[in-house]
This record gives sequence, C-alpha cells and structure tokens, in this order.
Amino acid sequence: MFLAGLYASLFYFAVLVLVIGVAARVIRYIKVPSPLVIPTTPAPLTRGGVALRMVREVALFESLFKSNRWIWLFGYLFHFGMLLALLRHLRYFTAPVPQWVVMLQWLGIYAGMAMVVGLLGLWARRVLVDRVRYISAPSDHLMLALLVGIGISGLTMKYVTHPDIVGLKAFILGLLRFDWQPLPGEPLLILHLSLVITLMLVFPYSKLLHAPGIFFSPTRNMPDNPRERRHLAPWAARLPLESTHRS
Amino acid sequence: MALAKAKFATPELPDIVVAPKIRPDAMVDTRPFAAKPEHLKALGFPEQLPENWKQVALDKMADLLGKYRSLQVFLDSCVKCGACTDKCHYYLGTADPKNMPVARQDLLRSVYRRYFTLAGKLMPKLVGARELTQEVLEEWYTYYHQCSECRRCSVYCPYGIDTAEITMAGREILNCVGIGQKYTDEIIGKVFKIGNNLGLPGPALVNTMEGLEEDVEEETGVTVRYPVDEAGAEILLITPSADFFAEPHIDGLIGYGKVFHQMGASWTLSSHASEAGNFGLFAGNYENMQKAAMRIREAALELGVKRIIVGECGHAWRVAYSFWNTLIGPFDFLDPAYPVPQHICEYTYDLLQQGALKVDKSANDERVVTFHDSCNVARGSRMGNIPGGQFIIPREVIRGVCNHFVDMAPETIGEATYCCGGGGGLLTDDLLELRVKGAMPRMQALQKVIEDHGVTHMAAICAICKTQFAKVMPYYHIGTDSVISVHQLVGDALILGREQ
Repeated sequence: MFLAGLYASLFYFAVLVLVIGVAARVIRYIKVPSPLVIPTTPAPLTRGGVALRMVREVALFESLFKSNRWIWLFGYLFHFGMLLALLRHLRYFTAPVPQWVVMLQWLGIYAGMAMVVGLLGLWARRVLVDRVRYISAPSDHLMLALLVGIGISGLTMKYVTHPDIVGLKAFILGLLRFDWQPLPGEPLLILHLSLVITLMLVFPYSKLLHAPGIFFSPTRNMPDNPRERRHLAPWAARLPLESTHRS
Repeated sequence: MALAKAKFATPELPDIVVAPKIRPDAMVDTRPFAAKPEHLKALGFPEQLPENWKQVALDKMADLLGKYRSLQVFLDSCVKCGACTDKCHYYLGTADPKNMPVARQDLLRSVYRRYFTLAGKLMPKLVGARELTQEVLEEWYTYYHQCSECRRCSVYCPYGIDTAEITMAGREILNCVGIGQKYTDEIIGKVFKIGNNLGLPGPALVNTMEGLEEDVEEETGVTVRYPVDEAGAEILLITPSADFFAEPHIDGLIGYGKVFHQMGASWTLSSHASEAGNFGLFAGNYENMQKAAMRIREAALELGVKRIIVGECGHAWRVAYSFWNTLIGPFDFLDPAYPVPQHICEYTYDLLQQGALKVDKSANDERVVTFHDSCNVARGSRMGNIPGGQFIIPREVIRGVCNHFVDMAPETIGEATYCCGGGGGLLTDDLLELRVKGAMPRMQALQKVIEDHGVTHMAAICAICKTQFAKVMPYYHIGTDSVISVHQLVGDALILGREQ
C-alpha cells in the first residue's frame, strides 16, 4: 500500500500543478492585452473566420504544412498519435467503458506507434539537421526522451510484459472516487506512470505551453478589421495625447 | 572600429535558394552606428548606459511582458521545431545561425527564461537560460539590427510567433538603457522636430512641389498641381518623404498627382504631416509611434479634409491601415463613405475598375514588369475588402496600365514574399553588407524572371524597397533603374486632359 499511497499522492499533486499552473498561465495570457492589431495577413475579417483559421491551425497544422513537410509529418504523427492513445486510455478511467472508447482500442495501439515514430523523426531532425541542432537546448532533447519513454514503456507493456490491467484500473478508479486501492508493482508500469507524472509537472513550466499558447497568439487569433474597429488597450488609453505643434 | 569598411563578397545567385550550412558568427561584426546622446534624448531615452542598467532593462522587459500579449505568448510558446530556420532572407544570405528567426528570438528568450520562468531560475543550463550581461546587450544590438521585422517567419511558425515583435521589444529595451541605433532614432527625432524623415522644412517642400509642377508641365504640356497645405481640400495625401526627391520614388508622386488631376480631385499635401513613414514601429515604441502619427490627425483636422490617402510606402501602410485608427482615431470627422485610410492603389484601382481613367497601355510597351510584394503590405495589412486584396489590387493596377506583366516564383511573392533586405530601420549604409546579402533571395527570383521572361522592371509600392533595390541591384549586375514605382507606370500610361 506504500506504493499506492505514494503514487496516489503524486497523481493528485501533478493534477493540481498541471491545472493550476496552466490556468495561471492562461489567466496571464488573457490579462495581457494586445495593444495593436497584428494578425499575419491575409487574415480572416471576422471572428468566425478567425475561429476557422484556428481550427485549421490546431487540427491540420496549416502553417507548419506550408513551412516544412517533414516537421509537419512527424509532428502530426506524434500529436494525433498521442491524442488517440490518450483517448484509448479512457478505458482505465471509466466504468462502464463507453462504446466509442471500446471501438477505439485497436486504433489507439497503432496511434501509440505513430506517436513514437513521429517523436523519433523529430528527434532525428534535432540531431541531424545542423540548423535544428544549433537551436536545441538540453531540455529539448529531454522532452523528447520523456515522451518517447512514455510511448515505448506503454507499447512494451501492451506487447511484452502484460501488466495487471485490472489492478491498475481499480487503482485509477480509486483515485477518482477517493477510495484508494493497491497499485500493481510492476517496474515498467511504475516507470510509465512516473514519466507521465513528470510530464504533467513540467507542462506549465516548459515549452509545452505552446498548447494553450496557440489560442492566444495575436498573429493567429485577431481578425483583420482595424479600419473598422479601434483596439485600444487599457494602458494605451491612459497615455497622454499631446499636440505635436511646437510652441 | 572606425576602420574603412572591409570589402565583402556579394552572394552568387543560385538556381534555387536552399538553406545554407550554418556559419556561426558570420555576421557578428556587422552592426549599425550607435545613436548619439542627443538622438536618444530627443526620444526621451537615457543618453548613456545607466549605472543600474541591468535593473532598468529587466524592468522594461517586465513592463513589455505586461503590455504586449504577443511578447508574453511568443516567449513561452516556441518549441524549437525548426520550421522557421530557413525562412529569413538574412539567414539565407549570410548563413549566420543567429539570423535564424528562432535563434534571434532566443537571444531574448534565454534572458526571459532566466529571470521570469521557474525552470530558468532553477535550472538555467538545462533550458538554455542565461544571465543578462553587457555582452548580451551587445549581441542584442547586433542581431536585432539584422532583422527587418518583415514577418516572413510568422507565416510559417505553427504558433504564429512573429520575430518582429521580439526584435521590437529588444530594440525598445536597448533604447531604454541608452543603446540606440543612430539611423532609426535620428529619423524619429526629425519627424518630431520637422515633420518628416528627411528633415525637409515646409518652405522647401513647397519649393520642391512647385519645381515638380514645372517639370510635369514641361514634359506633358499639362498643368498638374502638387499643392501643399491647401485648406478645404477634399483629400489629404500622406506619402513617404522620399517621394519628394528620391529616384524612382518621385515618379510615383508625379503619378499620384496625375491621377488626382485627371479626376479633378481637390487634394493637398501637408507640411506639418509630410511623412507617411513611421520609424516608431521599427523601434517598437508605442508612444513614439503614436506621437509621429498624431501629426497626421492634426493636419487632417486643420486642413478640414474629408479623406486621407496614403502613398506608396510599405511599413507606413501597415501603420496607417492597421494602427492609425487605434493610435490616433477615431476618424469620425472624415467622410465615412471612404475607407480611412485609403491606399493610393485602392484609389487608382477603383477608378480603373470604373473606367474613369483614360489609359494608353502601349505607353508602357517597352517595359516587361514584375511586382515585388513589400513585406509590411503583404503580411501586415490589407487593401480592398477581401483578405489578400493587398496582392490583387496593385497587380490589377499594373495590368490596367501595362501590357506585359509577369509574376516572380510563387514561393517568393504574396504572403511568402522576401523582404528587399533594407526594411525595419536597416536602410543605412553602415549596414550595406547586410543589405546586399539579405537581398539575395529577392534578387534570385528577379534574375529568374529576367532570364525566363525578359523582365525589364520590378515595380514596388514601398519607399524603402525602392531605395534598397536601387542601391543593391548593381551588386547583382541588375540595373539600378529596373526598380520603378507602380504609380510611375500609371502616370506614364495616363492620357491627361479631359474631353469637353
């Protein structure tokens, strides 16, 4: 039960850090104004158009596609592989498991593989392309290592070690219901969970902030309407306006 | 440092532009002249590095982080994916890795991380965070003056990170610790004092315009007016001061005048607001940008005009179109039937569409024309009422007055356009090497259409582009006079005189 207690506490802590940390960041982004209209043009003229631009950016990685097909491919495999793999994991968090999660199970496995392939592709670029190597800090490699570790430990459990899934699910449901259950002590499972907790902890303090950040990016989320609308920031409205005539 | 400028090699024009292998520190010794104490003082900045410069700089950074969402979000969001690394014309032309947009941003981001993020405070080495030192300030000065704020990188960034916003913040912080760039700071000062970037006083402007009227009359036999400070005129023309005397700009100004003349429009220049350009944008200072723009509002009110039209100038059009309403609006005293402000190309385009201008396209028949999309127009503004109108309207104006028009390669025009290499406050001879090298991608695309389609002229709608191209084209064995104002093409084709 020590293990269960430790990991239960870590999970609660990580969730708190993730939620509060990201919320604090988002509140900061909301509070800081955009004093000038700076969408990268051509830009949509309306809020609806902006929403559509944002959907294309988030769902299709539109700008990245324009930029570099290799980064786009690897990035897309990684992100949407991870999304599907995450959705697959909902079966550990739900009882009864919703039908759509059941139907997603087989796809989630391939998605996990796609995620690892994408990550390794991105990592290869970081090492092999001199320009990307130049801009990489140790944390950029560590972040990839962390995510690859999560993917590979997960896939290894699926195909090699077959941990006690029933016990794991009981543990997780226990977390959700505040009715703590033992955690199966298999090393690979513990590693997988530890890496996930680490990811949650670093999220609000790292470049993973790009996930909420994109929605607040003024070059993407502002409509192109400056001739029709003024966008006076509160701090700018307080500036004294003096005549430029010299006395 | 006062040695004679070392010679540099003009890049070869390749068949296709590819990302070069990085050459660290290739441009580390290239930096512009520093502003003198009086230049800084005129803008309200300290005249030299204050004793507590580090605190001042960090306070300024905190201030900007709280005022500009762009800066705050952009500094947090970069994942170092590398998508931007081959998008900057200065990187393509110099191979200095600090001219890759992400690396340029990191010069500031590394300091942001060290002082404003938990990870950077706890584990600076791990996340690439570093102390703010005088060497860092020097590095900022060098590389934030190797960015033309053209926003090309922002098109390709998956999060829309715009390096121009970072460069502007960097320059603003530098100014706040008494490290200014002479060219930009001196020019802003001239606008505050006299009203234009050249420091051309009102009487000289009137003289120049009178001379222009004589020249046009001599050449065409028609009296075309170039009025200054005419109260009660309907249209106030705000144009870059380079239009008053520089080549090929002045032929563009002649063209605007001919269009107004042909329409019988009553228009005027203003000696108080004799500058469309606004270098406050380049320096990233809201107050200075507002103060420079304020002259235009004042002139419009004093002259009692009904509309404002802006001449051919790239960054000026960005400031006018995107920022004026916010900075110096509302324009409720102008005629709401017209967009405020209106670009001269929008004006001429509408007239051509209506068939209101009589044009002899064959007047331009000896010219095969291509069009250079200026960065600030392309990626920071719009013309007309649909997104991308800024690409359509100038081209339609050219097609309306020329029989021979060809576009350059699609990856070098429109939103993907390459900067001329001289924008963003870099159009100064102390940065000539940078300007020549940064022009390489544009010159490559131009050379291609010269070879493939016999292009003779590249038209532009930006005073900086025109000056820059006229200067650097000879380095690439392209004639200085191949750059031309769009409204010179218009003016040359226009049939003056009205039918009775």
